[in-house]
Amino acid sequence: MSLLLENIRKTYRQPEGGRLPVLGIEHFQLQRGEQVALIGSSGGGKTTLLNIIAGILTPDSGRVVIDGRDIVAMPEVVRDRYRASRIGIVFQTFNLLPAFTALENVMLGMTFSGRGVDPKFAQELLQRVGLGHRLHHSPKRLSVGEQQRVAVARSLANKPVLLLADEPTANVDPANQQLILDLIRDSCRDHNVSLLLVTHSMEAAASFQRIERLQDFNRPELCAPERSA
Amino acid sequence: MSLLRIAWKNILQRRVASLLTSLSIGLGVMLMVLVLVIAGAVETAFTQRSIGYDLIVGPKGSDLQLVLSAVYRVQPPIENLPYMYLEQIRADRRVISAIPLAFGDVTQQGSFPIVGTTAEFFENDYMPGRRFRFRGGRIASLFDAIIGAEVARTNGWDVGTQFSILHGGAQGSLHDELFTVVAVLEPTGTANDRTVFLNLQGFYAIEGHEKPIDEVEKRLRDFYAADPQRLDSAMQQLQQYRVRRAANPDIREGQAMDSPPAMQEVTAILVKTRPATPFDAISLASELQKGFQAMAVNPIRPIQRFMASVVGNIQKALVVLTAVIILVSGVGIFVSIYNSMVDRRREIGVMRALGAGRHHVFGIILAEASLLCLGGAAAGWLAGHALAIIASPWVIRQTGLLIDPWAVSAIEAILFPALGLLGILVGFLPALTAYRTDVAEALSS
Repeated sequence: MSLLLENIRKTYRQPEGGRLPVLGIEHFQLQRGEQVALIGSSGGGKTTLLNIIAGILTPDSGRVVIDGRDIVAMPEVVRDRYRASRIGIVFQTFNLLPAFTALENVMLGMTFSGRGVDPKFAQELLQRVGLGHRLHHSPKRLSVGEQQRVAVARSLANKPVLLLADEPTANVDPANQQLILDLIRDSCRDHNVSLLLVTHSMEAAASFQRIERLQDFNRPELCAPERSA
Repeated sequence: MSLLRIAWKNILQRRVASLLTSLSIGLGVMLMVLVLVIAGAVETAFTQRSIGYDLIVGPKGSDLQLVLSAVYRVQPPIENLPYMYLEQIRADRRVISAIPLAFGDVTQQGSFPIVGTTAEFFENDYMPGRRFRFRGGRIASLFDAIIGAEVARTNGWDVGTQFSILHGGAQGSLHDELFTVVAVLEPTGTANDRTVFLNLQGFYAIEGHEKPIDEVEKRLRDFYAADPQRLDSAMQQLQQYRVRRAANPDIREGQAMDSPPAMQEVTAILVKTRPATPFDAISLASELQKGFQAMAVNPIRPIQRFMASVVGNIQKALVVLTAVIILVSGVGIFVSIYNSMVDRRREIGVMRALGAGRHHVFGIILAEASLLCLGGAAAGWLAGHALAIIASPWVIRQTGLLIDPWAVSAIEAILFPALGLLGILVGFLPALTAYRTDVAEALSS
């Protein structure tokens, strides 16, 4: 199993006091190599859920088990390194670092994993996403579609077990949307990586065998009254 | 990819701001290097045991002025001593060498100091273990001269060049006599390089250098008031000289005419005592100090005192001033990096999402600040020494200080670690901001 969520509760402190319940998930799991499209309305907690799975946010309670280890129980330093080595992330806005070339952006993904930087593999990844000729170009010299392809290559740099993609086609022109989607899915398939793709587009989700609606398994009301009060 | 490389790429990303902030550090360091190079040259010039003599004997007055005028030739002489006094010093059993110096005039071209002395001056070490080396011949006639290396270089003089001198300094009247260069000294790194040496007898022979006999008599009576035997001898010499001059009425007053020792004077005497008995110099200086005729000073001590009390403090003040400039530049780096943190929040969030720990982003920002400080320091250090190379001929011409542009002082050795530390200090707060960045918020911003 790649991902297991158990009894996840997440609330946010509200400016006027009290807490706003956002996530209440009893059970959610993803098998190794499985690909899931997660659909939800805007403000429904999709990004919060991805951040919790990535270990960027910690839930108020519950377990997030990735590749057999509960990342919630980990000290932050260990969790950071675990994220670098086990989880790939593709952002909606690509988030390439402007100071670095395409190749360096991919290698940057390897820098913090503790496994060392493998420039040959980084190059290979970029070739696989069709950017072998753009290795030394800075992000500003790449088209939007090319930038997202670099981001996909970067997310796979540490050979993760789980790839989280947050609306990866939202900022890409329609002509490239399916291309990016296919690239992500094919790459995950090739590397036996589980994929959790968040989208609000039914069209993007249509090709997935498993489609989950967040509102179907998220019950914020489960957040304990004393915690949400 | 190392954190240092990531920091370097971030610096390149903001290359204009980085260059300007680093440049301000560089300018501060350049100023400090220049101050240190000049301070080093002053210290070397004035604290070296550069004359190879134990004592300098001169008229009563300021010991510092005596050393500065006799050794470094940057001050006017105090007064003169009777030549007969030199003979007294030479007769002392503790003295193995006493060399007369007569000075006060300068060359017409370049205003280099003129020193009248004897051949013995060039036979002694100018510094312990270092002997004069010449190009050319020796002083053979009355108006022959030996010139220092810097005089030759600056004035373009060589063996055979003829030159004139001014009486009593740059504003003085021109002497009629023409002197001829017979030898050029090899560089010594001392004041001798910018000195013109004349035959002592030639110095006396210059018109206007001989005082009226009555004035000399009065001075001798004052000087030897407590020594009637020497006074009698001096008066006899003066009387005989008066008679000789009266027999030659065509020789004008002030024009020397084979004058006796009583008519002659020296400005200072360089004394070497017996090397086996180091207390000779102390006892001789002490004896002379008790009398009222002259004084003997150790050539090092007044300079050390002067350096410690005046020059040293000025140097310290300049170094502190440049250090303050560097600190202010450091604040500039702090402001630049701190302001950029708002724009870079998302980048930091992305790096954290990619697995960078808080300590990684903290280290990257610290490395950036340190690289800016150290890069500026390296550029400033090179620029400072390069400027010293360019400016050294001018400084030598203007001040006589022999600049070694690549001389590295102890302060320079700690400059780089200190600037590394400054980088850490100015980078600390921005680094802390990066450390505390909320990743989820930064990514959603």
